[in-house]
Amino acid sequence: MSDIGFVRADLVPAKPAPNRTTGAVAWAQKNLFATPLDTVLTLLGILFLVWVVPPLFNFFIGHAVGPYGTVEECRALDAGACWAYIYNEMEFFIYGFYDIPEQWRPNIVFALGALLLVPLLIPKVPFKRANAILFLVVYPIVSYFLLAGGVFGLTEIPTEKWGGLLVTLIISVVGITLSFPLGIILALGRQSNLPVIKTLCIAFIELIRAVPLITILFMASIMLPLFMPQGTTVDKFLRALVGVTLFTSAYMAEVVRGGLQAIPRGQYEAGASLGLGYWQRMYFIILPQALKHVIPGIVNNFISLFKDTSLVYIVGMKDLLEAVKTKNDSALEWQSANTATTGYLFAAMVFWVFCFSMSRYSMFMERRLNTGYKR
Amino acid sequence: MTEVSATTQDRAAPHMTVSQTNVAIEVVGMHKWYADFHVLRDINLKVMEGERIVIAGPSGSGKSTLIRCINRLEEHQEGQIIVNGTELTADIKRIDEVRREVGMVFQHFNLFPHLTILQNLTLAPIWVRGIPKAEAEATAMHYLERVKIPEQANKFPGQLSGGQQQRVAIARSLCMQPKIMLFDEPTSALDPEMVKEVLEVMISLAEEGMTMICVTHEMGFARQVANRVIFMDQGQIIEQNEPEAFFSNPQHERTKLFLSQILH
Repeated sequence: MSDIGFVRADLVPAKPAPNRTTGAVAWAQKNLFATPLDTVLTLLGILFLVWVVPPLFNFFIGHAVGPYGTVEECRALDAGACWAYIYNEMEFFIYGFYDIPEQWRPNIVFALGALLLVPLLIPKVPFKRANAILFLVVYPIVSYFLLAGGVFGLTEIPTEKWGGLLVTLIISVVGITLSFPLGIILALGRQSNLPVIKTLCIAFIELIRAVPLITILFMASIMLPLFMPQGTTVDKFLRALVGVTLFTSAYMAEVVRGGLQAIPRGQYEAGASLGLGYWQRMYFIILPQALKHVIPGIVNNFISLFKDTSLVYIVGMKDLLEAVKTKNDSALEWQSANTATTGYLFAAMVFWVFCFSMSRYSMFMERRLNTGYKR
Repeated sequence: MTEVSATTQDRAAPHMTVSQTNVAIEVVGMHKWYADFHVLRDINLKVMEGERIVIAGPSGSGKSTLIRCINRLEEHQEGQIIVNGTELTADIKRIDEVRREVGMVFQHFNLFPHLTILQNLTLAPIWVRGIPKAEAEATAMHYLERVKIPEQANKFPGQLSGGQQQRVAIARSLCMQPKIMLFDEPTSALDPEMVKEVLEVMISLAEEGMTMICVTHEMGFARQVANRVIFMDQGQIIEQNEPEAFFSNPQHERTKLFLSQILH
C-alpha cells in the first residue's frame, strides 16, 4: 500500500479571523505615520492647512458681513465677504428683470419643478410613468404659460425680461431633457444600416462638434434672422435653447454610441432571433445596458451643459453669472473692495451645488443599477 | 386549415415521427460571401417537420453560418431559403415572421443580463406575440420547470451557472412556442460537468417531435437523437447520412479524417 494516498474525511474547522486594527490611533498610524516619508507629508499637509484655512475662514465667515449688514461695514478695511450685497440683490440674481409683482409665477414654476422632479429621482416612489408624463409634458406647458403670460389674465412678460437663476435653470432643464433623447436617436442613426439616415446623423454630429457653442449661439441670434423672411422673428430665448440643445445632443450621441459599441453582438442577435423588432430590441435590450455603461459620460455632458448656459450672455441673455456681473458693475450703492468677489463666489457656489448634486446622483444611480447582476 | 391541425398533431406526438409531406426548411442552391470570401457554396437542404439534424464539421466549415442564415442573422446572396413556407428576402416583415417561429440557442447563451430569468423568458411573448403578462409568466414557469430550474426565476443570469444559463436560453426560445429550433454549438462553452444537463433537455425536446437543427460536436447526441447527420467542409455539404451509416461507414475522405480525429 502506497503512503502517498490521502483522503480527507472532514472539513477543516473554521478559525476565527485575525484581530482587526481599529481606533483613532491605529488608523493614524496606518494612514498618516506609516513611514518617515508619510510622516513628513502629513506634517507638511498640516502646515498647509494652518496657512490656508484661517484666512479663508475669516473671509467667508469670520470677518464677513452677514446678510443684514450695511455697505459701510462692507467697506471696512478688514471686511471679508459682503453677503449683505448678495442678500439685497437676490431678487435680481434669481429673476433678472422679471416684473417684481409677478415673481410669484417663477416661484410656482420652481416649486412645481421640485415637487415633480424629486419623486422622479427617488426610485422607491411609485407612479413613475404618471410622474414622468407630468414632468416632461404637462409641466413645461404649464410653466411656459405661467412665465410668459398673455393668457388667463396674466400679464405678458417677454423673455427679454427673464434672467438670473431662472434662465440658467430653464436652459439646463430643457437642454438636458431634450438633448438626451435626441442624442440617443442620433447615436442609433449613426449606427443605422440605412445610408441616408447614417450620413445625415454623421454630418450633423461632426458639424456641430466641430463648432464652439459660442459660435452656434451667435449664429442663431445674429445670422439666422438674416436668412428669414422679413417680419418673422423667432424668440431670442428660444433660439438660445435650440442652440444649446442641438450642441449637447451631438456630444450626447457620441457618448451613447460608445455605450452601444460595448454591447456584445450576441445581445442584438438574441433579441432578433426572438422576433423582437428593431425598436423593441433597442428599447428593452440594448439601450438599458448601453446607457448604464455610459452614465458617467452622460452626466459629464449634463454638467458641462449646465455650466455652458452662462454663454447665453453672448446673445444678450442675463443668466445667473451675467446677472451677477451686471450688478457687480452697476450697483454703485454696494461698491466695496469685496463686492464683486462675493458676487462671483455666490455664482460659483450656486453652480457648484447643482453640478455636485448631479454628480452624486449619477454615482447613486450607477451603484443601484449595478446590483443584482454582478458576476 | 387541415394541414395546420395535422401539424399540431404531429408536434404533439410523443414519439419521434418525421412528417413525410410537410417541409419545415428548404434551402436551394444557396451561396454566401463575406466580402470576397465564399463561405457557403451551393447549399441544398430539405428539412421535414419533426426531423432532427446534426451538422458536424471542422471549425470554419460554415456550419454556424448556415444555421444563422436560416433565421437571417446572416444574409445570403444567392439561392433560396424557405422556412415554414416563407421565403427569406430583405423584407423585414418576412424576416420577423420567420424569426417568431424559429427559436435559436447560442453558444454563449446571450441571455439579457439586466433582466431577471422570468423577464428574459416573457419579454418576447409579451411584446412579439402580444400575450398578457400573467399568461406569459405562467408559460415561462412551465418551461422553467421543464428545464428543471423553476427556483431560479427571479435571479439574474449572472447568478446562474453556465449549464443553467443555457437551459434558460432554451426555455426562452421555447416560450415563443417555435416550430423549429436551431442550436449553435449549445454545449461548446460549458464546463464538462454541465454538458449533460443541457443535452438532456435537448433530447427530451427531440422526443416530443420538435424540428431541430443542431451544430454540435457531441457525437453521442447525434447517434442518439439525430435522424440525419450532415458533414460540412469548406462551405459545402460533403456528406449526409443516417447516423448509423455516417459513423460506421463514412464515404468521403474528409469525413473519415474528421471522424478519426474526434472519435477516440
